[in-house]
Amino acid sequence: MRELSLHILDLMENALAAGAQHIRVTVEEDTRANTLTITVADDGCGMDTETQARAVDPYYTTRMTRHVGLGLPLIKAAAERCAGGFELNSRVGKGTTVMVSFQRDHIDRAPLGDMVSTLMGALLNDRDAWDLAFVHRIDEHEFGLDTAEVRQILGDIPLGYPAVREWLETFLRQGYEELYITVAA
Amino acid sequence: MPQIKSLEELRKLRQQVERDIATRKDTGTTVIVGMGTCGIAAGARETMHAVLEELRKRDIDANVTTVGCIGMCAREPLVDIEQAGKPRVTYGNVTPDMVSRLIEEHLVKGQVVEEWVVGRLQSS
Repeated sequence: MRELSLHILDLMENALAAGAQHIRVTVEEDTRANTLTITVADDGCGMDTETQARAVDPYYTTRMTRHVGLGLPLIKAAAERCAGGFELNSRVGKGTTVMVSFQRDHIDRAPLGDMVSTLMGALLNDRDAWDLAFVHRIDEHEFGLDTAEVRQILGDIPLGYPAVREWLETFLRQGYEELYITVAA
Repeated sequence: MPQIKSLEELRKLRQQVERDIATRKDTGTTVIVGMGTCGIAAGARETMHAVLEELRKRDIDANVTTVGCIGMCAREPLVDIEQAGKPRVTYGNVTPDMVSRLIEEHLVKGQVVEEWVVGRLQSS
């Protein structure tokens, strides 16, 4: 995909399809070690060993509508193209963690791209009652969102309520602006 | 609307929303954007962003949600418009530049944009 943030959205959609109630997304950029690592961990239904092995096969999918499942094979290929790595760990009934790493300055490493739209895309999924713990770290600087905190403040008001989704988008955009300004300084 | 970003401001927002909810008439309008791998690869995230922008610009009160792949991958990005009492209409190959006309004609004028329809579900 054009941006790594599109892969992150795809991984989050996988987690939601697996019935996750908690999704932890971490993006870690280490400029000294020259690595960019993306972790998406969920507490969904998980996969058995055989399914885990087949999950990176582009012709394997749990969908009934198609016979290809390209999400995982694509991000794995993207990582391998950039001297990086791909790790999938899963346990039935516990959940799944996907960790993908890239050589940060690799010429073929796609830009991270629009993380705000990615997070909004996942938060607007029609599944409700799930929480996101998101952190983006660049060396010692970080920005994050914990929707559990947001829900505590909102009570019964859903995250998708128009005024709330606008708040979320503004919060994310401003947080990212501050993060990048701090890092550039 | 002033820029707001803190959790403190979210608390104030809650009070306002609770007041609004009491008087809000749910329009019964939901815009659904397909967000499976096929949709994402085809640009559905950008289409969703355009939908949110257009609704905000026109101050239209509608729910926006995302769903997974429904199997019509070659027609992604797919956008469904569901309104109470009306058939659910599925539009195909919806790029961000098509969103303005879609909202204007379907939501504002109440006219389905037939040339872009790829599916319809009669409401029961």
